Amino acid sequence: MKPPAFGYHDPQTVSAAVHLLASLPNARVLAGGQSLMPMLNMRVVLPDHLIDLNGVAEMSGVSIREGLLVIGAMTRQRDIEFSDSVMAHCPILPEALLQVGHRQTRNRGTVGGSLCHLDPSAELPCLAAVMDAVIETASPRGRRQITFADFASSYMTTSLDPDEIATQAQFPLWPQGHGYAFLEFARRHGDFALASAAVLMTTDAQGRISRIAVALSGVGPAPVRMQEAEQGLLGQVGGADLFAQAAKTCASLEPQDDIHAPAAYRKRLAGVMMRRALEKAYGRAARQ
Amino acid sequence: MTSPFTRTVELEVNGAPCARTINVRRHLADFLRHDLGLTGTHVGCEHGVCGACTVLVDGQSIRSCLMLAVQAHGKQVTTIEGLAPSPGVLHPLQAALHKHHGLQCGFCTPGMLTTLVELLNTVRNPSADEVRIAISGNICRCTGYEGIVAAALEAAEVIAASKEASK
Ligand SMILES: Cc1cc2nc3c(=O)[nH]c(=O)nc-3n(C[C@@H](O)[C@H](O)[C@H](O)COP(=O)(O)OP(=O)(O)OC[C@H]3O[C@@H](n4cnc5c(N)ncnc54)[C@H](O)[C@@H]3O)c2cc1C
Ligand code: FES
Ligand code: FES
Repeated sequence: MKPPAFGYHDPQTVSAAVHLLASLPNARVLAGGQSLMPMLNMRVVLPDHLIDLNGVAEMSGVSIREGLLVIGAMTRQRDIEFSDSVMAHCPILPEALLQVGHRQTRNRGTVGGSLCHLDPSAELPCLAAVMDAVIETASPRGRRQITFADFASSYMTTSLDPDEIATQAQFPLWPQGHGYAFLEFARRHGDFALASAAVLMTTDAQGRISRIAVALSGVGPAPVRMQEAEQGLLGQVGGADLFAQAAKTCASLEPQDDIHAPAAYRKRLAGVMMRRALEKAYGRAARQ
Repeated sequence: MTSPFTRTVELEVNGAPCARTINVRRHLADFLRHDLGLTGTHVGCEHGVCGACTVLVDGQSIRSCLMLAVQAHGKQVTTIEGLAPSPGVLHPLQAALHKHHGLQCGFCTPGMLTTLVELLNTVRNPSADEVRIAISGNICRCTGYEGIVAAALEAAEVIAASKEASK
């Protein structure tokens, strides 16, 4: 239960980090270490070099510009949880983050680390999916932007090149007064969820849903957008029957059986989480 | 700069400066226990699930099995050995834990205490629910948690009262 031997490097800039990643053999970047350190201790991963990003100041911080919430990849989960501007503009983020691990893991764990680790039950990738986040990256070939749909290519696998790092995540903001909800079911507080649902919506003066996004996680290799449900909800006046009907689209999901729960149970749970999240978000949305 | 496999780290542990040259793969828990002899920090699982190894780094609770010792360079670390204000005088949380039978074997206790110190430093009058959520990442096989929750609530009152008295 000790990490294997590796060379340790602590660059101070993105360009130095990318240069190291491109030039050192079998190198891996270290962010908050809340997923990578357990894997090192258990020797599931055996890098020859670790590139610690914790000294790269330009990779951390939160800002709001041109309708985007921009979060540096090395921003601690804790800092999002306690950020007043995130709470004011994007309250679904703190609501979900309170369910990511524990205080001790959020004090170190980063936003970028969670998105790159891409655990199928993780909260932050589910948020990136529901908000159509864009991931900005850096490599020796320069910077590029990847939509989250392209970034999350498969089970715990991103579309990052081997010499590329994520530098920031950009979350397009929803208008003030939007409804939101993040709900999950986990066996114990702080455990990875068996299923979670993230919902954002706006409603008009008559209570009709004028814009909607629904994402689920824990039910497939990566978070899924429920497009069929979104289409069925758009333009409708919210209500118990409508939301129950929308949740039935979960029948098309194909989760896997695992030691935590059989597939049929996860599917059912996903439907319940989705229905409740729709009700909660609808109740919170201003009629405008 | 030394080789990529060893480094000299300088940090403050329980208020005292210290410097050691270490292998970079040393995690902070092993550094505290083996290099500094501070065996109060316990190592249960070494993969982040039990919370026994929790210490404070710059006042924030972290799992010391998931942080490399080199990453603590320049930081202030507080372990269970650094909680009591002076020899023979317990921290209010330690005193309350003693009173409420908040420990049996004591394995989880250092992690419980460091975690709760951060809670009580940031939330003045926590509810029982807040205490439970705060220690949700700390596993105790013995107590059933009730005594720990009662102790945290009482310590919060003691700390608030002493702050009031010293005004
Ligand atoms: C007890 C416990 C409970 C947890 N519960 C939850 C939970 O409920 N929900 C949840 O979502 N997570 C949970 N986690 C994991 C979460 O805490 C981690 O923070 C997260 O998965 C990884 O983020 P990190 O910053 O720690 O990254 P690290 O562990 O440092 O890195 C994770 C991976 O991403 C890569 N990486 C990191 N940053 C970058 C980057 N900028 N560019 C390219 N690659 C990068 C690393 O090379 C590594 O492969 C839990 C962890 C523990 C220990
Ligand atoms: S030993 Fe660190 S969390 Fe268990
Ligand atoms: S007192 Fe024994 S594990 Fe908590």
